[in-house]
Amino acid sequence: MSQRTLFDKVWDLHAVRNLPSGQSQLFIGLHMIHEVTSPQAFADLRHKRLSVPFPERSVATVDHIVPTENQARPYADGLAEDMMVAIERNCRDYGIRLFQPGSGKQGVVHIIAPEMGLTQPGMTVACGDSHTATHGAFGAIAFGIGTSQVRDVLATQTLSMSRLKVRRIQVDGALKTGVYAKDVILHILRTLTAKGGVGYAYEFNGSTIHAMSMEERMTICNMAIEGGARCGYVNPDQVTFDYLKGRECSPGGPAWDRAVAWWRSIGSDRDAVYDDHVQFAAEEIAPTVTWGISPDHGVGVGERIPQAESFAREERQTVEEAYLYMDLKPGQPIAGVPIDVAFIGSCTNGRLSDLREAARVIRAHGGKVNAKVKAFIVPGSEAVKAAAEAEGLDRIFTDHGFEWRHAGCSMCLAMNPDKLTGRQISASSSNRNFKGRQGSPSGRTLLMSPAMVAIAALEGKVSDVRTVLARSQARA
Amino acid sequence: MPAPVTITQLSGRAIPVVGNDIDTDRIIPARFLRCVTFDGLGEHAFEDDRAQLKAQGKTHPWDEARFAGAAILVVNSNFGCGSSREHAPQALNKWGITAIVGVSFSDIFYGNCVAMGLPCLRVSVADSDAIQAAVSAQPGTVVTVDIDALEVRAAGTTWKGQMGAGHRQQFLTGQWDATSELIAGLEQVRSTAKRLPYTSAFA
Repeated sequence: MSQRTLFDKVWDLHAVRNLPSGQSQLFIGLHMIHEVTSPQAFADLRHKRLSVPFPERSVATVDHIVPTENQARPYADGLAEDMMVAIERNCRDYGIRLFQPGSGKQGVVHIIAPEMGLTQPGMTVACGDSHTATHGAFGAIAFGIGTSQVRDVLATQTLSMSRLKVRRIQVDGALKTGVYAKDVILHILRTLTAKGGVGYAYEFNGSTIHAMSMEERMTICNMAIEGGARCGYVNPDQVTFDYLKGRECSPGGPAWDRAVAWWRSIGSDRDAVYDDHVQFAAEEIAPTVTWGISPDHGVGVGERIPQAESFAREERQTVEEAYLYMDLKPGQPIAGVPIDVAFIGSCTNGRLSDLREAARVIRAHGGKVNAKVKAFIVPGSEAVKAAAEAEGLDRIFTDHGFEWRHAGCSMCLAMNPDKLTGRQISASSSNRNFKGRQGSPSGRTLLMSPAMVAIAALEGKVSDVRTVLARSQARA
Repeated sequence: MPAPVTITQLSGRAIPVVGNDIDTDRIIPARFLRCVTFDGLGEHAFEDDRAQLKAQGKTHPWDEARFAGAAILVVNSNFGCGSSREHAPQALNKWGITAIVGVSFSDIFYGNCVAMGLPCLRVSVADSDAIQAAVSAQPGTVVTVDIDALEVRAAGTTWKGQMGAGHRQQFLTGQWDATSELIAGLEQVRSTAKRLPYTSAFA
């Protein structure tokens, strides 16, 4: 059993008591709410006549169903409008802050909470959304929950939980040009599989991780769940503190120093004990693209789609299913696969640094979106949108043929008008390539970094961003 | 608050759904999440998988008459991975599933099932294959999932199952519906909240 890790320290601090079942009653420091997984929880509160004792520890926004083109109310989709009305009423009735479109603070829940300084080291964070793992980038223990548990957090600010094991994932060395945080996590998933993390929290550590910005760390922790780990985290360091300083909800004045002193103390100790330990070398990681129907179906952009025999016996049925669904063949190079749609955005890669890098590679390439491709860029929040526009990124995108949208989850899960149609295949900076994930029951998704999506949009096919960057460097 | 409902064992005909890493988008596609209640989700469980198999001239177990009315779902590994949507186990439950047997379950899916009173019992790879084969060969067989004895029984055969001690206890005592117990601890919750540095020292 792990000892003296950040996970252990944060867990012990938030454990209220042992329940008669042997589970822990765990206090939740920050609870986030969105429109999809909360209406039934509030309905149950009303039905059972329960109150919300800590309304100040919950915040709400709307992201999944929000249209990214026409946001005029009422929404064209009556069901989406009903969900909006429900969250407005629920937040009003129970005294919970709600960040609506037009407020300047709306956006994907996992983007706005860090942006406002709500997510802080040493907290427990829960939300009815599996990508809550994102917040672990700050050294928080953050995990997704279901609607019944949303009800429990609303009613008590606690959950009945059992402790996770802790696996330390160490990545050391410098990433090569054109290799991003997204590639690191896709590489880790490919190695540890989509189920390797079941029962674990992942601690991401090592020089590569600690050299990353907070936004890059969020990309890594965001996809811990795709490896089966309910949460992923990075021990807080100076990068974390620098990011948090001066944010709206960060501690200010003399409280700041007290906060930093405590944040420094809650990281894993040097002699911490882990349940497992895995190492990666950064220089071995290439720009990575998924070819199949699970986020662990990744290959380097220079590789060929693997043969079924290269997988464990119990994986082969899924792999065969993936070839068939994707209409891709083992042995075929992933580079050159034509795409129909390019999507940059989501809680994985919809932040300012993602958009800056996409803009940089688009300019390095110099071309326009391929005539056969529909390409659109969706900022993760209203704040990201405003910052990108202040830098002129939106004009770079639109000049090169990309559509520039309002903030939301968009085509990551397609609960809004942004969807694939028919057998379309997308290059996507999001997190899941599951069958039907992007809105068409037979639609197909290739996951990759935002820079790789941008180049795929321009070339009309999966292409190596390193070639573009090398060519542009040679010119300069 | 309602009285606790204990769950000791569940019996019924079984239905196999074969495959690893069956994610919650497949169990209930996102378009059906545009709702403010869980009512009506049952009829859409596995909707896209079913349509795709039909288009290929095949039949999803959900559409096979011999599995109609089944209550025990038998799956393979990492079932329910991906999205945290409770709509997935709710859809299965509303279709008629009262217990699930499989090699492994995603942590969030499993937690949702506990909170709904839908036990998931883990068995070995060989045993999940064997139970799926037995159920396919004899669809009418009554399968029993015993939470107390931690076993699956059907037609004279017994397979050993596993479940965390805490979760097993929750089902056996009715505390899978944790809300009352959590509310009972509210005074301690308040004192825990007060001693957290971020609510006191630098709030």
